Amino acid sequence: MALLEIKDLHAKVGEREILKGIDLTVNAGEVHAIMGPNGSGKSTLAQVLSGRDMYVVTGGSVTYDGKDLLELSPEDRAREGIFLAFQYPVEIPGVSNMYFLKAALNAIRKHRGIEELDAMDFLNVVREKMQIMKMDQALLNRPVNTGFSGGEKKRNEIFQMAVLEPRLAILDETDSGLDIDALRTVAGGVNAMRSPDRGMIVVTHYQRLLSEIVPDFVHVLADGRIVKSGGKELALELEAEGYEGLGLHDEPEAVGRI
Amino acid sequence: MTAVAEQIGAWLEQFTNQLPAPAWLEPLRKTAFQRFAELGFPNTHNEEWRFTNVAAIARTTFAPGRKGVVQTKLAKGPIQLVFANGHLLSKPESLPKGLEVGGFADDPVAVQKHLGKYASFNENAFVALNTAMTQDGALIRVARGAVIEEPIEIFYLTTTGKDPIATHPRALILVGANAQCTIVERYTGVSEGAYLTNAVTEIVVGESAVVDHYKVQQEALSAYHVATLQAGLGRSSVFSSTSISLGGALVRNDANCILSEGSEGTLNGLYIVNGTQHVDNHTAIDHAQPHANSHELYKGILDGKSHAVFNGKIFVRKDAQKTDSKQTNKNLVLSDEAVVDTKPELQILADDVRCTHGATIGQLDAESLFYLRSRGIAKHEARNLLIFAFAQDVVDRIKVQSLRDSLEKILFEKFHEHAE
Repeated sequence: MALLEIKDLHAKVGEREILKGIDLTVNAGEVHAIMGPNGSGKSTLAQVLSGRDMYVVTGGSVTYDGKDLLELSPEDRAREGIFLAFQYPVEIPGVSNMYFLKAALNAIRKHRGIEELDAMDFLNVVREKMQIMKMDQALLNRPVNTGFSGGEKKRNEIFQMAVLEPRLAILDETDSGLDIDALRTVAGGVNAMRSPDRGMIVVTHYQRLLSEIVPDFVHVLADGRIVKSGGKELALELEAEGYEGLGLHDEPEAVGRI
Repeated sequence: MTAVAEQIGAWLEQFTNQLPAPAWLEPLRKTAFQRFAELGFPNTHNEEWRFTNVAAIARTTFAPGRKGVVQTKLAKGPIQLVFANGHLLSKPESLPKGLEVGGFADDPVAVQKHLGKYASFNENAFVALNTAMTQDGALIRVARGAVIEEPIEIFYLTTTGKDPIATHPRALILVGANAQCTIVERYTGVSEGAYLTNAVTEIVVGESAVVDHYKVQQEALSAYHVATLQAGLGRSSVFSSTSISLGGALVRNDANCILSEGSEGTLNGLYIVNGTQHVDNHTAIDHAQPHANSHELYKGILDGKSHAVFNGKIFVRKDAQKTDSKQTNKNLVLSDEAVVDTKPELQILADDVRCTHGATIGQLDAESLFYLRSRGIAKHEARNLLIFAFAQDVVDRIKVQSLRDSLEKILFEKFHEHAE
């Protein structure tokens, strides 16, 4: 049985249809990269899978581990093993990283019928994972993402993923805004999590991340549909020829347009 | 008789029938009552009371609080003064050196010298009424240079039968030069029922003294609570007051400070209201002299059809150069029907000053809520966590550990009732 099976998925935000029939199957142990120009629907797909309610699914189905994923609340999806590394991790002043992550881990453990961790055991679990992500332990006592640099936020996402040990990890443009050193740290954290039991969907605009996290499959998303699928070489092809090489229009997001 | 005369009439009867006061107090009580009769209860045409309608208080005939009817178990603290329905019930048995804690009869000389000298009743009918009805009160006196480490707690407990009662708690807190102390005033409704608490607290902070004041208002949900805090800060002194407002049907807090040269005044507040509760916080900080700092952080959490008012006045007098003042009011609105009215009022006559102010009214952040849920935290827990976090920076500023703990517990329980 596939870990995730998406069939003819349609979704809209407001009146605008963004996903126009996505088909994708991810098996445990596989890493799928989803590439595509800006505005193609990559991030929408990631958010729909994690249950963001601003997107309305208008058709199709998503089966995760034999269950109807679209029926589950965001928290139940997380407890069932889905993890979304946010493109823009949210700052939450007043809630410490430690309290937040312990609450999350224990909610997931409880759901899985595993004993909840006390503060000491929790610290032992996170210490090791913080080292892998080259994170300062002081970050645990700081409010969630508050005052973190861009790189710290992204590392914090992968650190959370390492602690929560999902079965399906979705990385939404985790490479954006990272310099090469930070990118390698993040990729190292992700690679350490690759396992035959775990599936991953890596959403990215650029090939660079994919030379660090080498995918098994690459899909190109354009205008809400997967227009091309292939192996890791497809990413290199795209790097060489650009999305235009596939006949796709990749307009840079307008900044300061006059 | 007009409606106003009727309202005053019932109070006049109570004023006339109250126990005789010491000779020195009689004229003060009389003048105050006269002023109360002239002013009458404020209506909403009065700018100071624009959003707070006290007609329900004006209409009600209140009886005086009776003695010996309050039953409650208090967690015993080392320095406690307890008033029940306005009557002194107990005072501490032993006290550290340099500290006096008792009723007005324990130090009539000090009371006579200071009572009514700070909280003016000229414009405020409730202060006038409180002064007119003064019989006893809390007296705390800290000697020059004394450092009192234990918090000094004053409890005002109220219970009411089928007829509503009114109490007029009065506290006089005199802190000598270079002394330090922490005062906690707790207003607690022991049983449900309508009653009025009309309180006045006067605090004199001596030169270079350090005083932390806390007020925890947990009146019955059907009670009226109107209170004025008036603090005068001596040169280079440091004063903070934190007002936690949880109970009451209709609540009005006035917190006023006057700052001398080089002093630092902080007014913080947290109000949490639900149902049809109404809470109004008026603050006034008067930078009367140069080089003084003031900080204000008031935060509110509103649910149901509740209504909150914040009005923050800052005066910077002509000579008060190098004033540094910051005022913040933030409101978290959890329902569609709750209403907030917030207004800063700055009057700055000096030219070399820094004054900032800001007010926000917002809802729970949808992004934050989703972020927490996407990690497996249940919706209601995520919601509670964010509400808790919103209140956290006021709670974190509380220096009394036991108070912080009890408040966290109250907040936790309050927001778990909400769980869907």
